[in-house]
Amino acid sequence: MNAQQQDTLQQLLQQYRDLPGGLLPLLHAVQDVLGHIPADAIPAIARAMNQSQAEVHGVIGFYHDFRTSPPAAHSLRLCRAEACQSMGSETLAAQLRTQLGVDDHGHTADGQLELRPVYCLGACACAPALQLDGQLHARVTPEKLSALLAACGKEAKC
Amino acid sequence: MLTLYIPMDSVACAVGADAVAAEFATEAARRKLDITIVRTSSRGLFWLEPLVEVDTPQGRAGYREVSPDQVASLLDVDLAANGDHLLSVGLVEQLPYLKTQQRLLFARAGITSPLSLEHYLAHGGYQGLEHAARLSHDEIVAEVLESGLRGRGGAAFPAGIKWRTVRQAQAEQKYVVCNADEGDSGSFADRMLMEGDPFLLIEGMTIAGLAVGASRGYIYVRSEYAPAIAVLREAIDIARAHGYLGADVAHGGHEFEIEVREGAGAYICGEETSLLESVEGRRGTVRAKPPLPALHGLFGQPTLVHNVLSLASVPLIMSRGASWYRNFGMGRSLGTMAFQLAGNVRRGGLVERAFGLTLRELVFDYGGGTASGKPVKAVQLGGPLGAWIPPSQFDTPLDYEALAAIGAMLGHGGAVLCDDSLHLGQMARFAMQFCAEESCGKCTPCRIGSTRGVEVIERLLAAPDSAERERQRALLDDLCDTMQYGSLCALGGMTPFPVQSAMRHFPADFGLDTQEQAR
Repeated sequence: MNAQQQDTLQQLLQQYRDLPGGLLPLLHAVQDVLGHIPADAIPAIARAMNQSQAEVHGVIGFYHDFRTSPPAAHSLRLCRAEACQSMGSETLAAQLRTQLGVDDHGHTADGQLELRPVYCLGACACAPALQLDGQLHARVTPEKLSALLAACGKEAKC
Repeated sequence: MLTLYIPMDSVACAVGADAVAAEFATEAARRKLDITIVRTSSRGLFWLEPLVEVDTPQGRAGYREVSPDQVASLLDVDLAANGDHLLSVGLVEQLPYLKTQQRLLFARAGITSPLSLEHYLAHGGYQGLEHAARLSHDEIVAEVLESGLRGRGGAAFPAGIKWRTVRQAQAEQKYVVCNADEGDSGSFADRMLMEGDPFLLIEGMTIAGLAVGASRGYIYVRSEYAPAIAVLREAIDIARAHGYLGADVAHGGHEFEIEVREGAGAYICGEETSLLESVEGRRGTVRAKPPLPALHGLFGQPTLVHNVLSLASVPLIMSRGASWYRNFGMGRSLGTMAFQLAGNVRRGGLVERAFGLTLRELVFDYGGGTASGKPVKAVQLGGPLGAWIPPSQFDTPLDYEALAAIGAMLGHGGAVLCDDSLHLGQMARFAMQFCAEESCGKCTPCRIGSTRGVEVIERLLAAPDSAERERQRALLDDLCDTMQYGSLCALGGMTPFPVQSAMRHFPADFGLDTQEQAR
């Protein structure tokens, strides 16, 4: 972490250290600001929350949302739960594999887009659904997916 | 003067509601029209979204699946006089889909603006708390007991008994925890309610706090529901600013505060003890019960843990009375249930009805069958841990006991339809894979069983002959048995439901012939 990130972290530690059960809100806050939870932030987090580093690692590892490496420029979360599967989400996953060469938990060769599965976005009546850079899209067709990718600079390779 | 109502629900926006609202504003300004755009919650008629409604002398008229490029043509007709347009659906409240529902919990859906306390109060809001404030704690608990309300999260435990237990527990600090970790595929009622009518949940939690003697509440919302989290936090601030939260919520010196906690992408945190661990800032591993959370819950204190819809039912029970509430439903399933139609369905959306309508009515009368137009192959009821139900069982009434009798469950009320493009052998494998991915790892049947389950189903699906198939099927049955009876919580304990129901009702998808499965 650079000096500015250190400062940010210290502020967040002050803010959350006395919150009962504050580790999850703290980790969310760190990730919101820094994009990920840097490995060198963990000793300070553990000290502030009066927990062992192992416990902090354990919490980060348990939850799918927390990450210890910086995110790609674009994040695509394709819903793979039953309602979306019944409306063709697997076809969309196959499209991403063939057009972009990207698989679940993977990223494109240029590192610009990462794909993560998600199990339910609450849009099950308008399936299939996905989240691109935090924005929810529903009734997604292969054409709509291509258009969304094109709009974020990921021209589908044919 | 034209008043338009456009939902701000995140799914309505995911299919274009924001863009439509913006286009109406732009186009009206260009034409110098005097229009007001009210952003409301969603009616839950998702197949019509973005649904734009317009005030007319007869009531609100609706226009379906509006896209920005249709806005100009809509403004060309006389909308205020229910003008005719290709997208017109007529008066929204006369649509059979809505008219035949019994909207108690979702009475305000699509009508009010989510963050308008004024709207909430004008539509019956806070009458429940007002009534509860005049009762003793024990009288409130007695009313909830009398109503027959059962937990809407899936386990259907009688709410009043839980309330009484927490009420009678002796402790300095008690808590009310709302389980808003709605992770079941096919479910979106909690999301709709939190995004669309947040004050109802706040009011329900406040009454619960008053009744059991808790001064703090937590709402644990899954991180996938960012818009709901934002709406709730804002609603809590508004409620506090108006004295509905804080030091004196019911004119008797009773304090109540609510904090929203964001999950971090773990399905298991919908299990109540795992959720409590998560609120405490730990890995969401399941706790053994007993001790019950009602006695030894959050931070070791007596805690009332309820699903969103259970808590949201309370204001109505208070304002209208338990005996009124009991008029809805059948047998031991009383009140209304928010059914949710999802997946491959022609008319997906929210159907709030008293318990007891049949699955056939839900799937065909409301849902209209599949979106693809092909025959309905099966319905998965109650989320990823719910059974796949074949059309031959569609006449089962939607009631906890009747469903249990056919080896199914209502869960949180989500129904996912599919046609023959969905291979139920693959879905059985998916159920095990999902369990493996989401298992908290505390108990062996779930942690190891799910991974072995994926492998056994893969071998079963790839079996070269019937002898091998039979061997794998026997192994799978045995494994399911171990998971069902040996797991600590419902994740491992109920993953066998979708697996075995798929195998029982759709043997062909496993390469099993009908005779092989008949047992």
